[in-house]
Parts: sequence; structure tokens; C-alpha cells
Amino acid sequence: MSTVPAADASHEPVFTGDRLARLEALFPAYPTKQACLLPALWMIQEARGWISQAAMAEAAEVLGLTPAYVKGVVTFYTMYHTHPVGRHFIQVCTTSPCGLCGAEDVLAAILSATGCGELGATSPDGRFTVQEVECLGACGFATPILIDEDFIEGVTPERVAGILEGYK
Amino acid sequence: MGYPHPIHPKETPVLSTHFGAAAARTYQGWVERGGYAALKQALGMAPGDIVGVIKESGLRGRGGAGFPTGLKWSFMPKDDGKPHYLVCNADESEPGTFKDREIMRWTPHALIEGCAIAAYAIGAERTYIYIRGEFTEPLAIMRAAVEEAYANGALGANVFGTGTRIDMTLHRGAGAYICGEETGLMNSLEGKRGNPRIKPPFPAQAGVFGLPTTVNNVETLAAVPHIVSRGAAWYKGLCLGNEKSTGTKLFSVCGHIAKPGNYEVTMGTPMKDLLVEMCGGMRPGRTLKAVIPGGSSVPIQTAEEAMDTVLDYEGIVAKGSMLGSGGMIVMDDSADMVYQIWRLAKFYAHESCAQCTQCREGTAWTTKVLERILRGEGKPADLDLLLDLSENMTGKTICVLSDSCAAPVVSGIQKFRSEFDAYIQKTRQPALAGS
Repeated sequence: MSTVPAADASHEPVFTGDRLARLEALFPAYPTKQACLLPALWMIQEARGWISQAAMAEAAEVLGLTPAYVKGVVTFYTMYHTHPVGRHFIQVCTTSPCGLCGAEDVLAAILSATGCGELGATSPDGRFTVQEVECLGACGFATPILIDEDFIEGVTPERVAGILEGYK
Repeated sequence: MGYPHPIHPKETPVLSTHFGAAAARTYQGWVERGGYAALKQALGMAPGDIVGVIKESGLRGRGGAGFPTGLKWSFMPKDDGKPHYLVCNADESEPGTFKDREIMRWTPHALIEGCAIAAYAIGAERTYIYIRGEFTEPLAIMRAAVEEAYANGALGANVFGTGTRIDMTLHRGAGAYICGEETGLMNSLEGKRGNPRIKPPFPAQAGVFGLPTTVNNVETLAAVPHIVSRGAAWYKGLCLGNEKSTGTKLFSVCGHIAKPGNYEVTMGTPMKDLLVEMCGGMRPGRTLKAVIPGGSSVPIQTAEEAMDTVLDYEGIVAKGSMLGSGGMIVMDDSADMVYQIWRLAKFYAHESCAQCTQCREGTAWTTKVLERILRGEGKPADLDLLLDLSENMTGKTICVLSDSCAAPVVSGIQKFRSEFDAYIQKTRQPALAGS
């Protein structure tokens, strides 16, 4: 594939077989293929855990866009990972309403219990990456966290260890 | 109902009647609760008559701006031969707001039905429901519900055998507050960065994909079936205050409050009734200090203003703020206002799309100056500097994100100045570590 940078020649295509069919099945719902970019990026992240430059180039080719354009879109949104992350990605809401209810203590407990130590870092065992997230939209159920696709409400520092048990 | 709490006698449950009842999530469960009767009724009406009913009801946008919904629908061109779109804004990300999430989690078919009626009324060939990426549970529930609605003929090429075609597509966002701004949302839906667009053109002329579009909030659309089946007069009658504010409103109450949750009240209900009676007041031993009544983007109210506020669009403006999204952030006497305002500024600095200089630079510098004050390194001139920055951030950008950052800063300095002074005069210990 000509648009794949040489350094990423080992990139194994994401959009083949069933996955390509799933993407193409979305086309009739939109007047442009470009509109399927966010769904395509979700599919890449679901398959690979993150979105590499080569994967961006592949999405560009499938949708008739340029790799630079796709990179511009990927980097606009906080949920797309442009680097590999731990097996489980944890997002902790610390915006004002949760902050009033002790979210910063929850974040500290998670950073400590996972061994990540700091935001954006992956734990030495490769199990977790922790990030702060702005308002998860569940302010009445402070503190909400998102572990991968699991939305967990009412997290307190005391609950952290038990919750993490479920993510190996 | 004040989910997760039982219905309080002072609430008027309409949209929230079935919150907490998982059985209402299925197509069958929704039909058993009277669901889809309004859509069937609407399909027997002329589209213009539905717009008329919504206009007459007084329903106004529940996402924040409060624009009259029927009037917005009436802006859609007629017989122009172009495809039209309905976009449902389910990108609920305004700090303090969590009502659309509950509508989608508990009553997904209410939203689908409202969208279907609206789509028919404005002649939309498709509805896109744009759901924020973090809402994994509402997304899964909505996916299942849309599939069920197609399977039961409530959506598709021939809705309930009437020959009307109504299509619906769920579109997942990927983490960006600004995509809750309708033009940013439309760009995101088109597969672009979610940068807001200059208006005009307004969405009804050139919206998503450059075609006539109506963008409505989840709560607004979920109210539509009730208005169609029970009538405009009924909805209009739900009014305890200003006659320009009708119906019920879901208030998401959070922060320092005994019973946080979503409470549905008739427009014009006193805020005191909501906070003291329905929400159980403050936590033990605490007193109310401040309320941000309409999501983080509106001015902060003092306890005195809040306790004297009537909950409708006009009533909240009369007491120094705005109804906004109805996301109510409550702060008691333990809250450090300078710290809270800094945290809000940090939110806006993080979420600025960076298109406009006033916003990109203004939100960042506002955050930095507040940080300096919290580190105990503030200067006496810093408050004037913050006010000057805020003035340059208000009314000067493509969208109102920068205005939203300025609102808590300006109102905070006006109403809680002594707390800022305490940091600057070093009579209060720094809240952040020194540089």
C-alpha cells in the first residue's frame, strides 16, 4: 500500500474480511464516505488497542482521504490512542462536580493501586494506563470512572482495589 | 423522578416516570406503557400541523439555549427537493448535567419516538443521534432499541404500514466537549475535527453535509411524544412562573447535596423547594454557599440568590444566572471558590478547540493566573487582569465556549472576591504547591 510509511511496512491491514464488510455496511447511512471516519477509527482501536500512523493511512485509503487529514482528526479527540496503552485503560472524572465529592482522592488511589504512579503512564506489568477525563456526564453518581468500555459509578478510594480485581 | 430516589410529591414526572424500570427499555415494555401511540397519531397528521402543536406548546430547547422548538422546526425549507436531516444532540458533556444519559438509559424508545415524530414533521430522510463516546452504556441500550424499533416497524421504509420512511443512525463521538456545540457536532458527524462553524448559515439552511438540518437536544425530543398525545394546552398548562417557560424540566442536581439525582419539576418551581425538600438539603452540619444552576457555563449564584430563584428561563436570569442545561452544581461552606473556579477554567482550557485566539489564549491564561493565585503568588492586579481577559473572551468568538469560561470567573470575582483577596494577601494557605 503506497501510503504506508516504510517504517510501518509490517502493518497488518485492519480493514479486511468481516471488518471491512462492517465498515462498508455503514456507507449507505451517510452521503459521504468521510462521515465514516470516526466509526472506522473506533474499529481500528477496537482491533488493535490504539491507532498507529499506518492504521491512519489505511483508514485514509479506504475512505478516500489523506493520511495527514486522518491524523488531524484522530488527534482532535481524546478517546483515540495514538500510542499503545495498558491492557486496561482507566479514565477518572475529576471535573468540578466530582471534584467536590472527592474525585481527586479516587484518582490518587487508582494511580497508586495500579502502580501507574502518574497520569498517562502504563503500569510496569503492562496492565493499566490511567488518565484524567473531563466530565463523564454522571455527576450525580460521583465518582464515575471508565475502564475500557465499562462505566462504573460511585467509585470511592475504598472500592478501588476490589474494582481493579476484575481487570487482569 | 429524582432517580435514583423515589418520586417526590413536588415533582411532575413526565419524561422521568419510568427511570429505574428496566422493563421500560424494551419495545414491548415501551408499548405497554403507552409508547409509540404518539408516533402513530403523528403519522396521521400533516407535518405542518405537528410543527404547529409544538409551537403552541411553548416547548423550548433543553440543551442550553432555550430556543423555541416549534419555531426552529418551522425554519426548515419546504418542498426544496433536497434531503433534510434531524440531528439529535446526545453529546451531553456540560459539567453538572446527566439527564440525557438517564433518558437514554431508561427510556430509549421515548427518544426514538420523539426523533421519529420530529423527523416526519421536518421532512428529514434520516435522523443521526450523536452520542458522546464515553456513554458506553447508553450507546449499547440505544443500539438495541433502534434495532428493535426497526424490527417492529417503528422505523424503516414503511413505518407502521403508513408508507412513511424514517431512518435512524447512531453515531459515536470520541471525546470532545465542543462537539456538544451544534455546528461542532455537525463537523464531527461529517468525519472532521469538531470545530464550530460561523453562523450564518444556520443549520436549517446549510447544516450537516451542507443540507437543511435541525439539531435538537435529547430531552427536547423526548418531550415531543407527550405533547403530541396529550396536547399543546396540557403542556402549556404546566407552568408555575413565566408563561414563556412551559412544561417540565429535568434538573440534574450534584455536588454538595444530600440526595443528588435527576428531578423533574414544572417550570416555575422555586429552587428552594428543589434543593431543600426534594434533594434533602445540605449534608449534615453544612450550609449552602453557591449554586451554578445551568451547567458549568452559566454565572455562579450566591446562596441568597439561589434560595430566591424561580426555576424557569426568565426566573434564573432575574437572579443573575441562566437555566442552561439544568445541570445544577451545589457548593456548601466547605467549597473553596477560587479552587472551584480554577478547576472550571482548566476544563475550558482543555476543551477549547483552539480555532479562535480569544478562546485558545484566554482560557489558558485565565487558568494560569488562577493557578498563580492558588499557589500564593497572586498579585493585587490579577483580579483586574482576569476581568480584562474575560471581557475579551465574551461575545468575540465563533462559539460560546470562551464566554462559558468567563462566566464563572466574572461572577466568582464579583460575588466571592474576599476569597481571592485572601490568597493574594496571603491570609489563606496556598491550595496548590509552589512553582
